[in-house]
Amino acid sequence: MTTSDRRVVLSGLGPITAAGVGIESLWQAACEGASAISRIERFDATGFRSRHAGTLPADAFKVRDSVPKSYRKATKVMARDIELAVGAAAAAIADAGLLTKPDEPVDGPTIPSNRMGCHIGAGLIAADVDELTLALTKSVDAEGRFDYGLWGTQGMGHLTPLWLLKYLPNMLACHVTIIHDCQGPSNTITCAESSATLSIGESMRAIQRGGADACLSGGCDSKVNPMALLRQQFAGRIAKTTDDDSALKAIRPYAEDADGTLVGEGGGILVVEALDSVRKRGGRIYAEISGFGAAQSSCPDTVGARFADDDPGVAHAIASAIRNAGLAPEDIDAIVPFGSGIRVMDDADRRAMKTVFGDRLPTIPLMLPIPFFGCCGAGTGAIAIALAAKAIESQRLPARVNDGVTEGLDAAATPSRDADLDAVLVFTTSLGGQTAAVVLTRVGEDDS
Amino acid sequence: MNQRSDDERVVITGMGWVTPLGHDLDTVWKQLMASGSGMAPITRFDASTFPTKFAAEVRDFDVNQFLDDPSVHEHAGPNTQFALGAARQAWTQAGLAAGSFDPLRAGMYLGAGEGVLDFDNYVAVNLAGWNEESRRVDGDRWVAEALEKMQAFREIEQEPNMPLAHLGREFGIRGPAYNCLTACAASTQAIGEATDILRRGDADMMLSGGTHTMIHPLGVTGFNRLTALSEHEGDPTEASRPFDRTRGGFVMGEGSGMVILETLTHAKARGATPLVEVRGYGSSCDAYRITDIQPDGRGAADAMHQALAEAGIDPHATGADGRPAVHYISAHGTGTKENDSIETRAIKRVFGELAPLIPMSSIKSMMGHLIAAAGAVELITSAMAIQHGMIPPTRNLHHPDPDLDLDYVPNDARVATVDVALSNNFGFGGQNNTLVISRFED
Repeated sequence: MTTSDRRVVLSGLGPITAAGVGIESLWQAACEGASAISRIERFDATGFRSRHAGTLPADAFKVRDSVPKSYRKATKVMARDIELAVGAAAAAIADAGLLTKPDEPVDGPTIPSNRMGCHIGAGLIAADVDELTLALTKSVDAEGRFDYGLWGTQGMGHLTPLWLLKYLPNMLACHVTIIHDCQGPSNTITCAESSATLSIGESMRAIQRGGADACLSGGCDSKVNPMALLRQQFAGRIAKTTDDDSALKAIRPYAEDADGTLVGEGGGILVVEALDSVRKRGGRIYAEISGFGAAQSSCPDTVGARFADDDPGVAHAIASAIRNAGLAPEDIDAIVPFGSGIRVMDDADRRAMKTVFGDRLPTIPLMLPIPFFGCCGAGTGAIAIALAAKAIESQRLPARVNDGVTEGLDAAATPSRDADLDAVLVFTTSLGGQTAAVVLTRVGEDDS
Repeated sequence: MNQRSDDERVVITGMGWVTPLGHDLDTVWKQLMASGSGMAPITRFDASTFPTKFAAEVRDFDVNQFLDDPSVHEHAGPNTQFALGAARQAWTQAGLAAGSFDPLRAGMYLGAGEGVLDFDNYVAVNLAGWNEESRRVDGDRWVAEALEKMQAFREIEQEPNMPLAHLGREFGIRGPAYNCLTACAASTQAIGEATDILRRGDADMMLSGGTHTMIHPLGVTGFNRLTALSEHEGDPTEASRPFDRTRGGFVMGEGSGMVILETLTHAKARGATPLVEVRGYGSSCDAYRITDIQPDGRGAADAMHQALAEAGIDPHATGADGRPAVHYISAHGTGTKENDSIETRAIKRVFGELAPLIPMSSIKSMMGHLIAAAGAVELITSAMAIQHGMIPPTRNLHHPDPDLDLDYVPNDARVATVDVALSNNFGFGGQNNTLVISRFED
């Protein structure tokens, strides 16, 4: 067996979304068809186009509970994005039944530390505006204007010495690898909404080439802060919401009247593991990661991110993943597309799916997580892949919330139902034009 | 021994950079050979009261000289501009043009940093929104100010994947595209992962490298608060002193390094000239502390071991000429107390008794630390050492540190035949990456 023949599976799922922490809360919300979008309470968002987002309730997640006691002090230097990754990693490891450093395993960790990798996608982490501005107020002149000279002598001293470390994108992986002692290959991919999908693909490759036996993989992001929301609004991606009722219907992927998306905080960490490793330890298997593909679309306009009508990028990524899995388009039973409700992105999704699946497209059920949880930036692909993996394990399609008319696609609102799911395609496309696609397949009891 | 097939052999066919020492291969190389320095007082903003008042800035760079149609990139931020300049040089050296490659089989893997904040407007918006009573920013006022003062392009171009969008557009690349950001190790990791993508057949060629500037108010603030930057009083060109007993921190640089990587099959098919071969890549994680490097150099040694193993090189073996198998090490060599000690320890762990026989140097002593782009410019330097038979020096090394007893090539460039070079980069946050390259032999 050459290393590239090594089969790679998902053996643990740790999504973190507005529905809560862990795969059960995600799956329950998705099957009940209850959107977890709510009014933004963390800051006054009334001046934005939308006042709603996918936010974890305060009592659903406290990062201090996700770390060993000896590590609690370090939670003080975690931006929200880092907290989410730390919580998701703990959930993923528990779900996979792995023992890592915090469990103080007598016989050592389930996976040796140097065989455990970590690939976590991250966004552009926004500085805490209140913390920074308090320091800025110490640097204003008599007219109330910011003064560089005063910043150097007085203002910057009000920032904690470790301030920068809250915001470096690789600090998600840094904290997770320290807590769980992952010494294998580690990377931080920063391709906006495709970050987690690309990360999971890279974990798969690291395991295939023999660099690791398992990886904590995925991505987390928090867009529920003024700066991140501002950037998404500047990009023309945010749907207008006024009251809570309108918010629950605001994200309408592929609808003729799609108005944009809503932001969310979350993502997920998944345990990507060699099949031989899972079999040896008797772990659970959700699905095999059978294929991966990626591509870059041409972005004539980075802000609007409208791709050319004949741009081959998205379709190429999808087709590559299916081919890499050794499958044909007719083998795909369901799709988790990006499905953001952002018109230009929806159009790109639709064109690509049409190119690859042709006339069969209207009969392929789509799973649409974003209307439930909001668009969680770099975490988007982790939520999508966790949902697809759980659907394959359950042989069931989640419900859809989608208030729009979606001609030519199986994307309208529907309750959850049983389904035969042998192969599911997941793809995400970023603002910036990177598409990543994976194909997940069902693993039989006796496969090895 | 090279037992890989031409499909699995990866060669560099084009290189380019934009650095504080110049904007083309030859100018920068001459500066490196002359032990030049790019350090000077910071001009980008008023840093006169900052603990660190100097940096190595890219000077007199005009991206439009590298573009056919500048209007396409008129909103590009500094990282993207540096990347366009470096990539155009690499593209030209590789002899690439539209039609000479399959766009879907060409990819990109960059280690591009986060973009530069629109600092003055950002500060003005935050201050205008401040509520002294609640000691918080008032959301409603903040939004109103932000929508008026800040600009969409300035904000969105800060996303670290925007250089990919611009380079993809400029060069017509449509294959797999990634950006990674593992701090100071990012572009080494990018080139290593790009090599892996080629080896496994997911693409035929990759544009890879890094681009970054953190010479902006919050960048300098952040590193000053961490006390990682040199606060040298006096001549800035003497501030960066890697491996010197008096070393006191790194000096910020900025810029970009870009390479064209191809499978040997693809390079041969289009008649391109391989400059060097990428032989091995190693990647590990310290998993130690958020602020400190693992003191034994365990993670760094792991990365070097992996890269050497992939290259099929035994670190304890000597060649027919009696020399160690690696002829030059491009050190991470930041000039902080911690890095230079631990890197030295790690190299001794890997090469044992042969370690003192391998010349190693840090070009950060001359062009500063290009953060995410450091690895790419240092790999290009290593490739040029192979091409030119010259090893760049470590500038400002006048006070040997009794604990640092390797050959750091102090102050003067050295003539040496370099067939195999190793380049290290270690990121704040624990990621360690190593690349091994060699002279190309068919």
